[in-house]
Amino acid sequence: MNQQRRNSFDIKAAVQRCLNYRRRILDISQQVTALHVAPAFSCTEITDAVYNGLMRRDANGSDHDVFLMSKGHGCMIQYVILEERGVLSRKDLDLYCKPDGRLGAHPDYETPGVAASTGSLGHGMGLATGQAYAEKLKKTDVLIYCVLSDGEFQEGSTWEAMMMAANLKLDNLIAFMDFNDFGGLERMSDGHQAFYPLVEKAVAFGWEAVEVDGHNGEAMFNAVTSRKGGRPLIIVCRTVKGKGVSYMENVPIWHYRSPNKDEYQQGLKELEGAL
Amino acid sequence: MRNRFADTFYELGKADPKLCVVVADISPAGSIAKFRSEFPDRFIKTGVAEQIMIGMVAGMAQRGLRPFAYTIATFTLYRPFEMVRDDLCYQNLPVTIVGIGGGVTYSTLGATHHAQEDVSIACSLPNMNVIAPCDPYETEAATRWCAGQERGPVYLRLGKAGEPDMSAAATEPWTFGKIRTLRKGTEVCILSYGPIMKRAFEVADRFEATGRSTSVVSVHTLKPLDRDGISKVLRDYAHVVVLEECAPNGSLAMRVKELAWDVQAKCRLDTFTLQDAFIHCYG
Repeated sequence: MNQQRRNSFDIKAAVQRCLNYRRRILDISQQVTALHVAPAFSCTEITDAVYNGLMRRDANGSDHDVFLMSKGHGCMIQYVILEERGVLSRKDLDLYCKPDGRLGAHPDYETPGVAASTGSLGHGMGLATGQAYAEKLKKTDVLIYCVLSDGEFQEGSTWEAMMMAANLKLDNLIAFMDFNDFGGLERMSDGHQAFYPLVEKAVAFGWEAVEVDGHNGEAMFNAVTSRKGGRPLIIVCRTVKGKGVSYMENVPIWHYRSPNKDEYQQGLKELEGAL
Repeated sequence: MRNRFADTFYELGKADPKLCVVVADISPAGSIAKFRSEFPDRFIKTGVAEQIMIGMVAGMAQRGLRPFAYTIATFTLYRPFEMVRDDLCYQNLPVTIVGIGGGVTYSTLGATHHAQEDVSIACSLPNMNVIAPCDPYETEAATRWCAGQERGPVYLRLGKAGEPDMSAAATEPWTFGKIRTLRKGTEVCILSYGPIMKRAFEVADRFEATGRSTSVVSVHTLKPLDRDGISKVLRDYAHVVVLEECAPNGSLAMRVKELAWDVQAKCRLDTFTLQDAFIHCYG
């Protein structure tokens, strides 16, 4: 027996959860010299909406649906949610990127709760396509949720998967594009003007596509639950890289850097002030 | 080999609903066409798109299926190399990627279609298993093994259609990871694999004509390499020859030489590989 998916999304509770997740990530950032804080902050609400709104659990407590973090550098948000759910332990996160630990800066398939080893961009959509097709063949109702960076849509492999997922009419594949507009170098829309618009490109490839505010869990929840269906769905999520901490927002260096003590304190203060 | 693979896969696929085949743009030979018409959902064609071919088989294996990816060797291994490495090998998934036209089978098609480094590249990948059958018998045995194994990814390197049977005089069955004697002699031993085995028999006949009793041994499993079996060959024969259709770097020849040093072999050892060069002649 499966748990039913929730009918509505409690946005107030989500805001509180996302504050807690960001605080926890900032705490962990003080243990190591480098960590992908900003990429995790840009997909915090997306990941929360999937885990705490959309995904169903089986009666034994295990996930019924699949979460696949294709933008592997965003995995800190997945780690802290898996910690909250008891899939990972506090010790696992204390030992993040340490020799005795088992969590690295990109997800590893051997880690509990991790659906695929990612980190190299452009792999997740193909894996998710294969997973979704397998569930079709097995005649299950399992949904595959896949979170990608907008940068991954510059990889040809992602478009090969977009083509196949639509060919195969994989209406059990739901992709979220974390559209923060920043790569490691610069604002992507400055350097790649011909890459846009994105929703229209996905539609042209045979997908159902919609653009929403990627920091509004309720909007993303509603976009998924009100989908037309019959084909794969992509939610283009407008986000801000480093969301919630002013000095990180839209500043490329924070793709990888950890805040120092003063920056950490300022970050905490800003996050709490925004609640 | 191609047809025996297709016949075997069709037979296995009828019994096991987890077996699927994902092909890039290649016409399905013989029984694979039958498999396609009988099980259209389990025959997936990605078109001229090899990265998604590998991505899909990885994702399908993660959800409990046993897929094979199938196309020309260069497009199975080279074009989607990072997907083979990260999606299949890093995640250690029980997927078979079939390379048709391994080595320089497609000699007339030019260097873009020569998979002359396929074995060395595949062997360099952690978790990858590499099998190169020499004839239809070995192809069938290897295909059966691939369809049932849980060990991890396999690169199954095949030739094309029409290879002769070279197992007629073999005294041993095909066993994954073990070398296999195809012809038994006492003085010289030729180690080879894949369709070039035909030449190994020709060379053996020439040795025999000069009065030298010659064994022909199939090293069909290139990874994991049967180090014990090859060490015994290096100890038991006065003269060992390696003959292969593979570039020298990372070849069986290189690994047998390394092993010869490790076991302090006393035999004469001659190795013949392709050159470390692109080939500009045809036919």
